[in-house]
Amino acid sequence: MSDFDPDLLSAVAPFLWDGLLTSFGLLLLAMAGGGLLGTLLAVMRIAGPRPIAALAAGYVNGLRSVPLIMVIFWFYLLVPLVIGRPIGAFTSALVAFVIFEAAYYAEIIRAGIQSVPKQQLAAALASGLGPLQAYRFVILPQAVRKMLPILLSQSIALFQDTSLVYVVGLHDFMTAVSVTANREGHLVEFYLFAVVIYFTLCFAASQSIQFLNRQPVSP
Amino acid sequence: MTYRWDWSVLVSEPYLGWLLAGLGWTLLVAGAAWVLALAVGVTIGVLRTLPNRAARTFGTAYVETFRNIPLLLQLFVWYFVLPELLPAPIGNWIKRDLPLPEYWTAVIGLGLFTAARVAEQTRAGIQAIGRGQAMAAAASGLTLTQSYRYILLPIAARNVLPPLTSEFLNVVKNSSLALTIGLLELTGQSRQIESATFHGIEAFTAATLTYVVLTTVVIVALRAIERLVAIPGLMARA
Repeated sequence: MSDFDPDLLSAVAPFLWDGLLTSFGLLLLAMAGGGLLGTLLAVMRIAGPRPIAALAAGYVNGLRSVPLIMVIFWFYLLVPLVIGRPIGAFTSALVAFVIFEAAYYAEIIRAGIQSVPKQQLAAALASGLGPLQAYRFVILPQAVRKMLPILLSQSIALFQDTSLVYVVGLHDFMTAVSVTANREGHLVEFYLFAVVIYFTLCFAASQSIQFLNRQPVSP
Repeated sequence: MTYRWDWSVLVSEPYLGWLLAGLGWTLLVAGAAWVLALAVGVTIGVLRTLPNRAARTFGTAYVETFRNIPLLLQLFVWYFVLPELLPAPIGNWIKRDLPLPEYWTAVIGLGLFTAARVAEQTRAGIQAIGRGQAMAAAASGLTLTQSYRYILLPIAARNVLPPLTSEFLNVVKNSSLALTIGLLELTGQSRQIESATFHGIEAFTAATLTYVVLTTVVIVALRAIERLVAIPGLMARA
């Protein structure tokens, strides 16, 4: 470890940067996809007829009882089978994250929606809005404010979880660091470097959320 | 692409044995990590509620450190980095003579990671009691240690049972990360069967269903414990 050449870090920087961009790409796309699917599941569970609600509940509880790595392996195997041709690790990992995170987002969103008083929905319907409009313009805007800090914390956890694509060899930041560390024979330096990067990003993000949390909720 | 189904692979040797061995490792890793997580987590959680500022700062630093680094990276640090940073005799002992290094690394890594989450639940459980109980304990002449031992912790333990259930489930699920340092627990074994037989769907189904059963058993058992120890008249749901 004494023979670590600082120039090495600048030599491998572009590779690690690409990895970090992959991590962020996965994070943002999984947040968007998981958030959309999660909202749909939450609304199905709250407002849907009984079979639909049961379906959504089964989805959420089923996925929450399985490890993320297992889900990643499942979709790494299934997505090419379904599509009928080989497909990159990024796409199958992204599908796995969207499907998996949706279950967690759904529970947060459901709790947020259920924290809005029932009379709000009644008033919205009475004033002539349709059910979809009532959710879109009255219920969801209030629910989102309440659940935003928890959704963001979940997204920090999601960012940390993107490191698990290591198991299918997708070059995110974690995997890029690992590949470089093993190739250059400097495990200690590169893994500690990754610790610094992950800690800085996640700590800054969680402190910002706490700051956001202390702000008044609505005007 | 056509897929050739063959469910009999799951009950044929050696694959059934692989799955059972995987389940065994999952239980051993999760069980030991949970004991460590409870011991360290409750201690750190209590530290964060003490009047002593240094104790609180230490507790906060622990929680922030272990929460803001991915578990996978933490495992790699314990496994690859720590033996190099320790004094040579200890590092060499870990590398050469420690029995089952993957197992103990997984237990320590997962246990200390989960401890940060247990600590947050413990702190919330103690703070939810309200200051009246602590003040009454002090006023009746109990020392700080006694008030934690006889008043605060017995109440907090009941407060934190439901969130600790989901933390325990997280330990079971997160034990799958042990496969990244070469410990083939349930997920790792199902992956191994996939590589050996190309019957991934069957192998993954077996592992997934095992996780679902494990989760259900844990939830039912802990709900029963919750009802058993509930304080009468405190919460409606008991």
